[in-house]
Amino acid sequence: MRLLKHVPKFNLSKIAGGVAAACAVTLALGANTALAKKFDGVTVNVMTFTGPQIAEPLQRHAPEFKALTGATVNIITVPFSDLYTKLLTDFATGTNSVDAAVFAPQWVVDYADPGYLQDISAQVAADKALEESDISPFFRSFSTQYQGKTYLLTLDGDFHMIYYRTDVLKEAGLAPPKTWDEYLSVAKAVNGKDMNGDGKADYGSCISKKRNAQAYWAVMSIAGGYLQGQGTSQGAFFDTKDMKPLVNNDAFAAALNIYKETSNYAPADEINLDVGDTRGLFTAGRCALTIDWGDVGTLAIDPSSSKVIDKVGASMLPGSTKILNRETGKLEECTATSCPHAVDGVNRAPYAAFGGWSGGINAAADDKVKQAAYEYFSFVSQPAQSNKDVTIGATGFNPYRLSQFGNINGWLEAGMSKAAAENYLGAIKDSLNSPNMMLDLRIPKNQNYQQVVLDTALARFLASEIDVHQTMAAIEEGWNELNEDLGKEEQLKLYKATLGL
Amino acid sequence: MSHNQPKQGFAQRLDQLTPQLLILPTVLIILFLAIYPLLLSAYLSLSRFKLISGGFELKFVGIRNFKKLFSGSQQYHFLGTMGDILFWEWLIVAFLAVGFGYWIVRYLRSAKVSVIGSVGRAITVAVLLALTLLAFSVLNGTGYPGSLMVTLFYVFTGVAIQFFIALGLALLCAQKIRGKHFFRMAFFIPIMVTPVGIAYAFRMLMDMSQGPFSPIWSAFGLAEFSWAADAWLARWVVLIGDSWQWIPFLFMVLLAAIENQPKEQVEAAQLDGAGSWRVFKDITFPAIAPVAATAVLIRLIEAFKIIDLPNILTNGGPGIATESMTLHSFIAWRTQDLGGSAAVGYSLLFVAVVVCVSFFNFIGQRTVAKGAN
Repeated sequence: MRLLKHVPKFNLSKIAGGVAAACAVTLALGANTALAKKFDGVTVNVMTFTGPQIAEPLQRHAPEFKALTGATVNIITVPFSDLYTKLLTDFATGTNSVDAAVFAPQWVVDYADPGYLQDISAQVAADKALEESDISPFFRSFSTQYQGKTYLLTLDGDFHMIYYRTDVLKEAGLAPPKTWDEYLSVAKAVNGKDMNGDGKADYGSCISKKRNAQAYWAVMSIAGGYLQGQGTSQGAFFDTKDMKPLVNNDAFAAALNIYKETSNYAPADEINLDVGDTRGLFTAGRCALTIDWGDVGTLAIDPSSSKVIDKVGASMLPGSTKILNRETGKLEECTATSCPHAVDGVNRAPYAAFGGWSGGINAAADDKVKQAAYEYFSFVSQPAQSNKDVTIGATGFNPYRLSQFGNINGWLEAGMSKAAAENYLGAIKDSLNSPNMMLDLRIPKNQNYQQVVLDTALARFLASEIDVHQTMAAIEEGWNELNEDLGKEEQLKLYKATLGL
Repeated sequence: MSHNQPKQGFAQRLDQLTPQLLILPTVLIILFLAIYPLLLSAYLSLSRFKLISGGFELKFVGIRNFKKLFSGSQQYHFLGTMGDILFWEWLIVAFLAVGFGYWIVRYLRSAKVSVIGSVGRAITVAVLLALTLLAFSVLNGTGYPGSLMVTLFYVFTGVAIQFFIALGLALLCAQKIRGKHFFRMAFFIPIMVTPVGIAYAFRMLMDMSQGPFSPIWSAFGLAEFSWAADAWLARWVVLIGDSWQWIPFLFMVLLAAIENQPKEQVEAAQLDGAGSWRVFKDITFPAIAPVAATAVLIRLIEAFKIIDLPNILTNGGPGIATESMTLHSFIAWRTQDLGGSAAVGYSLLFVAVVVCVSFFNFIGQRTVAKGAN
């Protein structure tokens, strides 16, 4: 008995409980094994720009996607100015550290031609959850396809528009500008007024003009109405007869002068402001006018940062009553022949600048990784995610699905008033449906034409290093040099193809 | 006896070869790590680089990349936008040419004349005259400087300012003052900070509307003023940042030299009633001159490579106003113009070598010789 005293007592109920728990764990593990996710152990490295916009929704959706599929999605970010080269170098040198990327659809030509991007035509066609037919036809084709094949998935829809302060213009008795001359008049009239009640003078116009950033599109937004009057297929970058750059003429000179004059009604350091900075200024109530993509509309309703809720209007880019005569290089008054799409004598050419961030997959990645990358992009693009994302300013994603334009409820839920939502979506729809919409450049090395030659010349012009004529000559020389280097005839053929000619 | 001879011969040969064999690994490493990249980048500067599927393609284009820099589409970027050279500027150039001519003739008539010395002087004179002409052309208000002249501004103005401030601080810290060890440490800290950190710190400090000094700027009505939009102000801000980082290096070297000067001579001069300036001019400066010349030479070499500050502080702007040659080369590299980038790099190497070798031969060595005397 004494010996038994040292024998531990067994509690049968505890033993039974333990056995039951062990069985439960075993069963759970078994069940887990049975429910092993499709991409368990798969890691997808996705590169995009630093953001925080664009990177934010990609990072936010990564854990959700992992919970659904088991795939780990790493979002790698680099500055916008480095993105094109980083991707090209990674793909071309066979480093292949990047499995997929979200970038400008303009660059697809440089990535798809040498075979770096995976053709996803079949996957898109078979992907019912993507609801591809809901994506606006323009974004479905321009932002995803190259030479008849689909290489990208649309995640964003981009158009340059102008935004204005409804309260400031109303108080000044001014209407939203329809021409660039009116834009300058409005900016001048309201410049220096206190627009947010902080007692400080604010600005008539805020346009991002920083070098090596996302600023160089603005000048083409201004130039479009002077350069292109015959409809989208006329193009605004080169003469479709001989690939002569349309940057050394009276139309481009007018655009440059307007571009520079806006700085008179802007913050002193406007030439160092990136789009994030001008958006911050606009939503802080410090600017009456700005040129931007769709982001401003949604950032303006963010109660945590915006001081201009329900005080913002959006409009298709202003235009001009004059149009370039491509034979003489001179500006002429718009006529029914030269500006068939003009309304009230004003020719407007809404600029599909950039085209909208899109996702592409490295053809050299492992099959399983490629499949996971595709499904991740599809997941982000599906209406369940994207219809909410496009209403959040911080995402950088702007509407590109028909349902996003058609169903106003999502916008009302996001905090936009009905009038503001109709105005905002109406401005994008007007741009999208314009027969004179201006397409962005999508020929080989378009990044060199725009992000290197155009951007550098603009920076020098804004810094008063060179005058209007020297600026135009510098851009023309740089673009001609690229045309010669890359083959003028081949570039012309591809340019015409992008315009549907 | 005879059959032992080959063995001794082999041993002797091995003995003779031992130094070479021991040096060989180091030489191979240096060849691989320094000479090979130098030769490869020389070839790159004569080529056009293109990425193709599965790799890259290098096409030999001769001197096209250099032609672009000196007379083509990148001339504005490298040399600058040429303006008019005024009459009085031509006069200065002519005066300099006469002076340099006299200097060369005097050398040719001297006893120590040599082929290398003559060629070296001819190159120095040609480069200095060309740079003077370029400086007049792009800096007199009718033209606009490119990355070459901006780099030379950072190098000569920056090093001169840094030297004089460092010398002043070193002379102060060499005095018997309270807390001098603290000052020495405090002055030395900036050199230990990464240049990127310094650039970001200066960007924050120099923000007129939101930086820590914004109340002061506002009080002076400068809140709406942007130094970054003015070419020369932006260059000076870069120079201030660079000076803040590099003054400590010159300070420490000069302080060590001042503290090691012969105390007896200083004390004797002071006993004889010599003033501070006289002591400095006749005793201190000659004593520290060799060290100072070496420190300046090191600083000159380093100054030619400035990139972090203009890249982060001003992004090379406004326009290309603050772009140094290294930043110019980096931007070309970033846009995949590797040939153009290498051409800028080689041009930088040439200018830096001419300036630094000339400084070493015509100033450094004489200073060392005088110091030794």
